[in-house]
Order: sequence, then C-alpha cells, then structure tokens
Amino acid sequence: MKKTKLIDSDGFRRTVNRLAHEVVESNKGGENIVVVGIRTRGDILARRIAGKIEEIEGHPVKVGTLDITLYRDDLRGKLDQPELHSTEILFDIAGKFIVLVDDVLFTGRTVRAALNALMDIGRPARIELLVLVDRGHRELPIKADFAGKNVPTSIKQEVKVLMEEVDGEDGVFLIDND
Amino acid sequence: MKVHLKNGRLVDPASGKDETLDFLIVDGRFEKIGHSVPSDSSAQMVELKNKIVVPGFIDMHVHLREPGFEHKETIESGCASAARGGFTAVCCMPNTNPCIDDESVVRYIHEKAKSVCKGIVDVYPIAAATKGREGKELSPMAELAHAGAVGFTDDGAPISSPEVMRRALEYSSMYGLVVIQHAEESSMTHGGCMNEGFISTRLGLPGIPHVAEELMIARDIILLRYVPNARYHVAHISTHGSLDHIRRAKAERLNVTCEVTPHHFTLTDDAVAGFDTNTKMNPPLRTKEDVLALKEGLKDGSIDAIVTDHAPHTIDEKEVEYTEAPFGIVGLETAVGLAITELVEQGYLSLYQLVERFSTAPRRICSLPPIRIEEGEPANLTFIDPLTEWTVNTQSFKSKSKNSPFNGRKLKGKSIGIFNNGQMLLSQKFE
Amino acid sequence: MALKSRHLLGLDGVSGEDIQLILDTAVSFKEVLERPIKKVPPLQGKTIVNLFFESSTRTRISFELAERRLSADVVNFAASGSSVSKGETLKDTARNIEAMKIDMVVIRHASAGAPHFLSKVVASNVINAGDGAHEHPTQALLDMYTLREKHKTLEGLRVCIVGDILHSRVARSNIFGLKTMGAQVSVCGPATMIPREISRLGVPVYHRLEDVIPKVDALNVLRIQLERQEKGLFPSLREYHRYFGVTKERVDRADRPITILHPGPINRDVEISADLADGEHSVILQQVTNGVAIRMAVLYLLGSSN
Repeated sequence: MKKTKLIDSDGFRRTVNRLAHEVVESNKGGENIVVVGIRTRGDILARRIAGKIEEIEGHPVKVGTLDITLYRDDLRGKLDQPELHSTEILFDIAGKFIVLVDDVLFTGRTVRAALNALMDIGRPARIELLVLVDRGHRELPIKADFAGKNVPTSIKQEVKVLMEEVDGEDGVFLIDND
Repeated sequence: MKVHLKNGRLVDPASGKDETLDFLIVDGRFEKIGHSVPSDSSAQMVELKNKIVVPGFIDMHVHLREPGFEHKETIESGCASAARGGFTAVCCMPNTNPCIDDESVVRYIHEKAKSVCKGIVDVYPIAAATKGREGKELSPMAELAHAGAVGFTDDGAPISSPEVMRRALEYSSMYGLVVIQHAEESSMTHGGCMNEGFISTRLGLPGIPHVAEELMIARDIILLRYVPNARYHVAHISTHGSLDHIRRAKAERLNVTCEVTPHHFTLTDDAVAGFDTNTKMNPPLRTKEDVLALKEGLKDGSIDAIVTDHAPHTIDEKEVEYTEAPFGIVGLETAVGLAITELVEQGYLSLYQLVERFSTAPRRICSLPPIRIEEGEPANLTFIDPLTEWTVNTQSFKSKSKNSPFNGRKLKGKSIGIFNNGQMLLSQKFE
Repeated sequence: MALKSRHLLGLDGVSGEDIQLILDTAVSFKEVLERPIKKVPPLQGKTIVNLFFESSTRTRISFELAERRLSADVVNFAASGSSVSKGETLKDTARNIEAMKIDMVVIRHASAGAPHFLSKVVASNVINAGDGAHEHPTQALLDMYTLREKHKTLEGLRVCIVGDILHSRVARSNIFGLKTMGAQVSVCGPATMIPREISRLGVPVYHRLEDVIPKVDALNVLRIQLERQEKGLFPSLREYHRYFGVTKERVDRADRPITILHPGPINRDVEISADLADGEHSVILQQVTNGVAIRMAVLYLLGSSN
C-alpha cells in the first residue's frame, strides 16, 4: 500500500478559505446562502465553509447535515446495511441557495442521492455543489461548481480525506491498493 | 408352513424365561421349543442371534379411522403400521363415522381386519360407551360385547356426566369388560391446545390445566368405590397428579388400571415453542416433572400399559394455525424404539417389564387370553433388536399419515418382525 | 449493521443489540415524519401485503403509512370477503399471495403462532402485527421508544402493565422487550387475568393498583375486552373500573409524575379515566406517532437487506 499526500494541513486550510471566497463571490454576498453537508465528512467540511463565510460576510450562515442512506441506489443487496443516521436540517430550505458540500466527488451517485433527499425536504431556489477533491470517474452527469483540487486517479486508487474534528489532523491522501 | 427361529433370546414374564432358544413353528403353532432344535430342511430359517423374542405386543389405544375417515388411515394401512411397529394386535377406538356403537360396525371391523395384511394383526374394537359417543344414553353394551368389543369408551371425549359414568360402570361390569375414560373436565379445557403453565404463558396459547385431567380421575375413582365390581381404566394419563390418584386407588385395591403414551414420557411442553402442530395432542405434552413421574410410574407398576394413542391426520389437516390443528400424532412405528430408548436404556424398565407393559397387562385389561409360548400353542411373537440405532423418518411410515414430532429423532432398539396367525413379517433390512 | 433475523415474529429471544438498532433507526424516521414531504425511497419497487385476518384499523393504517412513506407498493388483504371465509387455508392463502411476487408480509391473526407458520411456508420477510395472545412486537417497540424518549433510558425504568395480561399480546411483547433492555417490569390485574407462572418471566404480580403505583415510573394500561366478562373472568365493567381502573386520583397519590401509556383504542372511564388519558403525563398520542416511525424502522431494516 502506497500513501501519497495530496494536500497537507496548511494546504487544507487555504483550500477551505479559497472555496468559501468563491462561494461568496459567485453569490454576490450570500444573504440567502445555507450550507448542507453530506454525512460523514461533508458535514464537517460544511461547518468549516459556513464558518469562513460568516467570517467574510459578518452574518450567521445556517448549516445542515444530510444523511443520504435512504436514497442510496446500492441499498439493496448490501450484506452489511449502512447505519441510518438522521438528517438535521433545522430550517426551511424553500427559496434558499443551497451549497451542498461533500469531501470527495467520484461517481456522482452520492450527489444524486443528496439532490433527491433535498428535494423531498423542500424546494430550494438553487443548489450548487462544493467538493474538496474531484477525482473523476463520473457515472452520472454531475459536476462540481466549486472544487478544491482536481486529482486524476485510477479507479483502483482511493482518496482519503482526514479532518481534525474526527481524525486528529487535516489532510488529503491518495492511496494505492495493490 | 414351517419356520425355524434360531438362537432367539426369549423374554417371557408369563413363564419367567429369559434364555436363548430355538423355535420350530409348524402351521402357526409351536412344534418344538428348546436348545438347538434339529434343523429341518423344509423349514424357513430365521437367525435371531442377539435378537429378542417376546410375546406379541398389543397397542390397546389406536385410532384406525375406518369407517369414515379413510383419508387419514384405513384398517389396512393402520394394520401395516402396527405390524411394522412390532404389534400383533391393536384395539381400535370408537370415534369413527359411524362410531362403534352398533354391533354391525364391530363385525365390519373384524371382517375387514381379517382380509388385510394377511390377517397378521388382530384388531379388537373398543366400542362407544354411549350412543353416538354423546355421553347421554348407554350404548348397547351387551350386543357390542357379544359381537366382540373388548371394552367401552367415548375416547376423544370424556364421559362427562357422573350419572352416565356410574351407569356405564354398572352395566359393563355384567360382562366383565373395562370402561376406559378419556379423563378431561371439559368445562375447564374449552379452546385449550397445550399444557397450561409457563410455556403457554410465554406462547400466549390457550392452556389445558393438568387439574382438568386429575379432577375427572378423582371423580371416577369415587364412583368406582361406589361400583366396586366394575373395571375402570384411565386412557393416556399425562400428569403426576393423575398418577397419585391412581396409586392411591390401587392401594385401596380398586379395579383401576391406566396407560401412558411414549410421547408423554418423552416430550415436554417445551416442544411446543416452535408452534409445530405435531406437538399438539390431547392430553397435551406436560412438564419435565410430569415426564419423570410417569417414568417412575411405569417402573413401579402404577402405570400398567404403554399405548400409542395413534391418531393419524393428513398433512393438510395438520399444516394450519396451531389453535386450528386437530389433536394427535401417529405412534405405532416409533413406540417400541421410544420405549427402549427412554425406559430400558435409562434403567426404568427391565425387558420383562417392557413386555408386561406392551403385552401382558394390556391383554389382561382388554380381557384377552394370555399368550403362551409353549409347545402346541399358537405362535404370537414380536422380534426385537434392542441394539440397533436408527433415525425416525416419517416418510417411510406405513401409516397413511406422517404427523409425528419424532421425525429425525435418533432411537435405539426397534421391532424387526412379528409372527401371528400363521404369518410372519420381517423388516426388509433384517431379511 | 443488520438484524439477526429475516423476520420479526416477536421479541422473545431478540437480542438487546437488535432492539437498540430498531429504536435508534426509528429516531431517523421520526425526523422524516416531521418533514414537509414525509416520504423516502428505500423500499422503492418492493411490494408489501398487509394480511389482516383480524380487523384492526389502527395497526393496519400505521403499517400502511409506514410502508407508503418508505415508497413501497402496498396491498391490503382483509379476511372478510377474501377466500379465507370460503374455507381456504392460511397456507394456501400465503402461497397464493407469494405467487404474486410479494416481498414482505405483515400479518395480523387471531391464532398465536400464525406468523411463525407463515414464515415457514413463504420466502418473504414476515412481520408479526399481532398473533392471538402471543406477541405484538411493533407495539412493544413503539412503547419502548416512547418510554425511552420520555425517560432517556430503559435501563432500570420501572414499568407496570395493567389489565388483562392473560389475553394480551401487547403485555407479552412488552415484558420480553423491556426485560431485555434492563427495565423492571411488573403486572397488575385481576387474578383471573394473570397467566400462570408469569413470575417465572421475572415479573412480579400485583392485584391492587395502590400497591404498585408508588413503585413505578410508567403504567401501560391495557384495553379491557367486554367478552372476558361473558367468560366469567370479571364480574362487571363497573367493578373492573372501580378496582383496576387507572384514574387521575389514584396516580396523583404517587410522589412523582407517572407516564401513562395505552395501546389503544381506549375505553374511556373503564380501564383509564378520561382526564388521565388526556392529561399532561399521558404519552398516548406520541405512541401513535412513534408507531409509524418504529414500523418504518422495522420495515426498512428487514426489507432493504437481503
């Protein structure tokens, strides 16, 4: 197993900063922005992004957590059922500009599930997608509006995102499983 | 026809014999019994080394279902099942349709039995005690006795009215025949389908309290004291309380006898937990304490006979909701194996006692002549292999029905053949 | 994470981990029930039949809502007007339904063990929605969920089940489930309605509400059926209410609030007084809401794994 560091902790911080600025920029201030992260690293990243936007804009930004388990297209036939967690979006998303946040964009299936889940909760004005790493290999017509880093990978490789809140350090690694 | 049985171990409580002997049977009668009887080239030789030869077993509690319920069992299939199980005789219960409350039905059964299985199994009808088994008016007991009935019962249902029971005891006593009670106080058992106790509480199934059985026995014993020349037999006792009542009545020298089934001395109500309807019978499977008491009762002779209460039902009748299923299991082909495994192997019964419970006592209760294993007498024998280990497979049963909770159970010992009425039947493997 | 069995036939013998998983999963579904669109897709393409051989509008509606909110296709089958009344056996009914490619069967039946029987003759997942006096596992799970919501934990919680324990599947499932989760369970009712040897389940028996009310955190009050009077199990509804009716007056004598549960439908002022049923410590309506979440959790856990 080979482990290559793609982003170190300083790079991580800078990337989050840049992404937050891009969001504010493209939303012209972002009064109506809410941030929703996909469990279980997208939600942590979402809180950081929201915190940054608050810093930049000086007003509070609402953050929610989305659990997409019920919307997965691979739910059936899985031997080990994924554990179901709650979605925690304690505000009305109708008419909001949602920034949907995940750590890694890969096949696009998770994002598809998240879009369906959001639509069942309400009718937002717009949804944009923010990811830390886009590693390619899309299986659905989905693209990120804001991407921290585009990393060409082979299908066998694994991209691992570590975050201080749960892993004790920030960083993105490329792992070769041989 | 000549048959030469070689090296069979005769276990015969009547003569007190337990020794290895040869038997030469000519035209159904013992010609010669002794050590190394000279071989006769015209005789069929049967080697019985390490096998046991006993007086023919009788099951005095069998539901042959004919007439009326031939989809469950017929006299022919029931006799084939009995023969396979090691029984040379059965008593059949009167809950047929029409029920055995008329001499014509007794005669029909006799005739039919002679024509099936080459007449190797004797069938002795037990007639209804009351007309239509309704518990109201006495059946024509004299006519029935004259036609060949060997006892009276409303089995399947109790003789509930104390007045009717008193009269049944009185009337039957004129002919020396036994009244067999299905002991159940029905007002306490309505809707019940298993023993009332911890397991019925867990399963939420309606219970049948053990006191319902004991109450009826206690009442009947009081009646018997009042009609002391009658003969009273309790069918399929299942509780230690029932046994206590019978023990006390026997100590009083009342004419009381009783029987037990292999399932009641083998299984407990724990077996009901999977809702297998083959564990539903009446009386129901009881507790461990009851099983132990029944085994002790067999050992000390308080329980006279082992019977099967062979009660065939089709798969469709049994594969229904537990509360809807009919009571009863088939038993003829597992009885000897269960008795040897549970009683002889565990030290409760000697081989002598086994023979008494399966032959001597039930024949006496049914007023049948004792079997004599002596030169000049007709040969009526059961052959047993006490050591063979086998697994019950209901699909191989000769009975039409397969409703047994013992499918897949490993047993030790079984009957390997019978001889009766000049006919011999040996199990295929043994041949 | 998955349940150990393909069926939910009862709570007797179900492990604490499995009960925990169902209760925890229900928390997520309760959140779904609070959304404007109360529907999620995990059972899309699955067909569920509600096989009700005994009428029960409430339980059937609760299951049906749970099924539809998980996007399953739902077929309802009630015994009246079906082939059962024409003499078809349960086995034939079950096999016919299965020939129609049903994935899951929810069964309510008057005979104890009917769901066990069904699970042996069909390949679908079977969920027991109440069998005779045996079990009603989803009711007990929703009771436990409601108690956990109110009291935070079931461990050490003191719950008394009041009424006709003998004929109650709700009582049995609650006893099995609550005992597994570490609660202290007792029963209180007329001696004629207490099943024999129930204390062997580790359940103390009371015949006077006054004796048990001071010792509990919650009372689960069972519905009393008038038919039992005809069978001689109690003399009259008036007498029952007088001695076994759970009233505000009786409960208020305790030194702490007592949570009141009732599986419904309520006979007001018979087994429970109206003011208590509608009072601040009654969780009877929460039970109904939680029932849908619990049933969604069970259906999801059994139906989405294979």
